[in-house]
Amino acid sequence: MMYIGNYSNKEEKLEKITHNCTYLSRKISESESNMFTLIDRKDVTAESVWFKIEAPDVARVCKAGQFVIIRANDKGERIPLTIADWDVNEGWVTVIFQKVGASTYELADLCKGDYLQDCVGPLGIPTYVENAGNTVVIGGGLGIAIATPVARAYKQAGNHTDVIIGVRNKELLFNVEEIREFADELYICTDDGSEGRQGFVTDQLLEMIESGQQIDTVFCVGPPIMMKFVAKVTEPFNLKTIASLNTIMLDGTGMCGACRVTVGGETKFACVDGPDFDAHLVEWEETMSRLSGYKEEEKEAMEHYQKHRKGCQCNKEGEQK
Amino acid sequence: MTAQRKPRPQLIRTKLSMPCQEPSDRIQNFDEVPYGYNEAEAVFEAQRCLTCKNQPCVSGCPVEVPIRDFISLVKERNFLEAAALIKTKNSLPAVTGRVCPQESQCEAKCVMGRRHQPVAIGNLERFVADYAREHGEEIPELPKSTGKTVAIVGAGPAGLTCAGDLALMGHKVTIYEALHSPGGVLIYGIPEFRLPKGIVKYEIDFLKKIGVEIKLNFLVGSNKTVDELLDEFDAVFVGSGAGAPRFLNIPGINLVNVYSANEYLTRVNLLKGYKFPEYKTPVKRGKIVVIIGAGNVAMDSARTAKRLGAEHSIIVYRRSKKECPARQEEVHHADEEDIEFRFLTNPIRVIGDEQGKVKAVECLQYELGEPDETGRAKPIPIPGSEHLVECEIVIIAVGNDPNPTIPRTTPDLEVSRWGTIVTERNTGKTSKDRVYAGGDIATGAATVIAAMGAGKIAAKDIHKQIMGIEDEEIVEPS
Ligand SMILES: Cc1cc2nc3c(=O)[nH]c(=O)nc-3n(C[C@H](O)[C@H](O)[C@H](O)COP(=O)(O)OP(=O)(O)OC[C@H]3O[C@@H](n4cnc5c(N)ncnc54)[C@H](O)[C@@H]3O)c2cc1C
Ligand SMILES: Cc1cc2nc3c(=O)[nH]c(=O)nc-3n(C[C@H](O)[C@H](O)[C@H](O)COP(=O)(O)OP(=O)(O)OC[C@H]3O[C@@H](n4cnc5c(N)ncnc54)[C@H](O)[C@@H]3O)c2cc1C
Ligand code: SF4
Ligand code: FES
Repeated sequence: MMYIGNYSNKEEKLEKITHNCTYLSRKISESESNMFTLIDRKDVTAESVWFKIEAPDVARVCKAGQFVIIRANDKGERIPLTIADWDVNEGWVTVIFQKVGASTYELADLCKGDYLQDCVGPLGIPTYVENAGNTVVIGGGLGIAIATPVARAYKQAGNHTDVIIGVRNKELLFNVEEIREFADELYICTDDGSEGRQGFVTDQLLEMIESGQQIDTVFCVGPPIMMKFVAKVTEPFNLKTIASLNTIMLDGTGMCGACRVTVGGETKFACVDGPDFDAHLVEWEETMSRLSGYKEEEKEAMEHYQKHRKGCQCNKEGEQK
Repeated sequence: MTAQRKPRPQLIRTKLSMPCQEPSDRIQNFDEVPYGYNEAEAVFEAQRCLTCKNQPCVSGCPVEVPIRDFISLVKERNFLEAAALIKTKNSLPAVTGRVCPQESQCEAKCVMGRRHQPVAIGNLERFVADYAREHGEEIPELPKSTGKTVAIVGAGPAGLTCAGDLALMGHKVTIYEALHSPGGVLIYGIPEFRLPKGIVKYEIDFLKKIGVEIKLNFLVGSNKTVDELLDEFDAVFVGSGAGAPRFLNIPGINLVNVYSANEYLTRVNLLKGYKFPEYKTPVKRGKIVVIIGAGNVAMDSARTAKRLGAEHSIIVYRRSKKECPARQEEVHHADEEDIEFRFLTNPIRVIGDEQGKVKAVECLQYELGEPDETGRAKPIPIPGSEHLVECEIVIIAVGNDPNPTIPRTTPDLEVSRWGTIVTERNTGKTSKDRVYAGGDIATGAATVIAAMGAGKIAAKDIHKQIMGIEDEEIVEPS
């Protein structure tokens, strides 16, 4: 099994807003779950959190592009997150996630040494990285977390790999140094121009295509609107484009159909048939509307979370996050 | 046992029905609908049994529970003994007493039913099992460990039964379950108001007490393949169920708020969406909910929607009421709860608003024609009968296909063209050495009791195989 990443290095480079609360708050519930230790956690930006989770059964077999579903506690939602990195021998996986709603905020409240109620995976079909040729990997927003291991796998499989990442402003950037380590070229785009190029990832991509650069495969992951426009840019050039879809999911094993998408006129389940699909064949409008199907409930959940938030439980008095 | 000639108590023609929560109350909660018999009621109903010599009821039961004899024990108020007797054949009587389609199995064969109403066998089974649970059952003494190991894929009724039987024969059993909670459909599909989850949990705790290990969050085919399990274990039993939802091939099926029944029920049952936002998984609530299909799954969805506040919970079904495949009791309870039925109606299109959310289902009216190959009258569309049923949520309950994970990841496992794993009927053997299968994965979506029966049969043959016992040494059940 492939080992990806260089850990001690990464840790040094991550933001230092570390939780110093250790092993005090093991929330062992009554459940039969086998409980997964949160070996470490860090805030990588104000919006994103990195978790290192003890999950030997996942680490042993996972590949780039696959994901896990985790649950913070026995009242929690099942949250799909791409496996960012893993170590077979030490038996852990990492994920990086953005705090966007109640469940991801709740996850972010967990401290080093806590337990996750559940962690199942690897799920989904690994990204096909063999013989991709010259690749451009695009990650937008939280998609950077997913783009990183995929780009690394492309590179390790012997492909020339350029990476474009895009965020609103430079405060939201992460993984930059790691990507630089392996990528042939890294382009950063920010909406406000606070770092790299001002503009969207699609501006950068179009420029590369028009400059006559040889590109065989484009892989994109991020907000669906971004992926839709990446597909629009590459379509006239007949450029093979893969999008990694972050649909709503429940079980992640093909049992519910919450994750269904229309691809080339056929219904597919993103969790078992994907998450990677031909971006030119995906019904983007439908994908976007299905993702926003729970807007009101998400708001309600967030309000409930804020009202009942306990924050980190391992504190000595007055040291809540 | 022979039927004794002695004066019978006066013949009572009708079944004693179980007291239930009032429909107007119960649609406001998720508590179980029938309260079950008390001791006196159980004895009263048991006395309706004629103690027939040839006990036709038993032949109606897929696992041949000694019905007549357990009912006789109920008459004598030997409830614990009755429970023990049932458990020789059926390890989950508290579950089957609640969910078996008795009217087409044991009760269909009951002699009383020829002229009057059959004995309420299901109700009695439920009573006996609940009594035993509440009055403390003993953990059976386990035989000496055989040192043999068996892996079970899937913690549904098939897997749980197989595991229990093997553990009681002294083998070390490990169940691998993909979800975060064991029970299969019993936990994620069938709602609390029909099968309280505490009962399922009790049965699973029992398995743990007899030494069965349950590994959750473990997807066989991904974390380990069946072949890898074969390296570690002496045998593997696959009970991975028919969990892949079918959708209709009509326009609009992927609109927002179109659910498969599996998704809808999983959100509510497994993830407790009815307690949102305390529990974090949301489930849509709507004033008008349309459910397509009329099996148990459809009834469960319709009644769940009602409990989530739907003013109109409408079942749309292509055939007529007579052909409803759901259990009689479910249809009856649904009726009482004001579930609306549109029979001979079939959807042709789901219509959405500008945001891609469901706003109506377009349907076609049908009439009954000649019987089709299943012997049921074939519904024929009436031209020009298109009409709209306005709604906010659509739930598709038209059936589930076998779970494809194991067939996809296990080469040289023979699979039928329906995606079921091919097994030998009376042993559960698959085409692959030391691999057995049973339940919905082998038959396609069926029943809890059939899955349990398959688990039992396989356990027996696995025992034979791993202990190297020759056929002749085992007494075949008649
Ligand atoms: C296969 C897969 C891999 C993923 N990998 C990652 C990852 O590595 N890192 C990461 O940060 N996120 C990832 N996601 C997305 C992540 O699962 C969601 O952000 C999370 O479930 C949101 O939960 P919430 O309750 O916090 O937010 P909610 O309250 O549910 O939603 C808040 C906001 O986030 C949006 N949203 C909700 N669900 C998703 C979703 N599935 N994808 C994108 N936006 C969503 C909503 O539209 C809403 O605007 C992945 C999703 C999938 C399906
Ligand atoms: C809503 C609903 C209501 C029903 N009502 C009734 C009723 O009233 N009466 C009745 O008799 N029957 C009813 N049924 C049918 C009955 O529940 C099934 O026939 C029965 O549960 C089948 O049992 P099983 O053990 O074969 O599979 P399941 O109960 O489906 O269990 C299979 C288990 O295997 C797990 N699994 C699958 N693949 C893997 C894998 N690769 N690795 C690990 N684990 C895996 C699944 O997560 C699941 O937990 C109903 C079904 C549904 C959906
Ligand atoms: S057939 Fe009916 S009356 Fe006869 S033994 Fe069975 S349950 Fe009793
Ligand atoms: S998440 Fe349930 S089928 Fe894909």
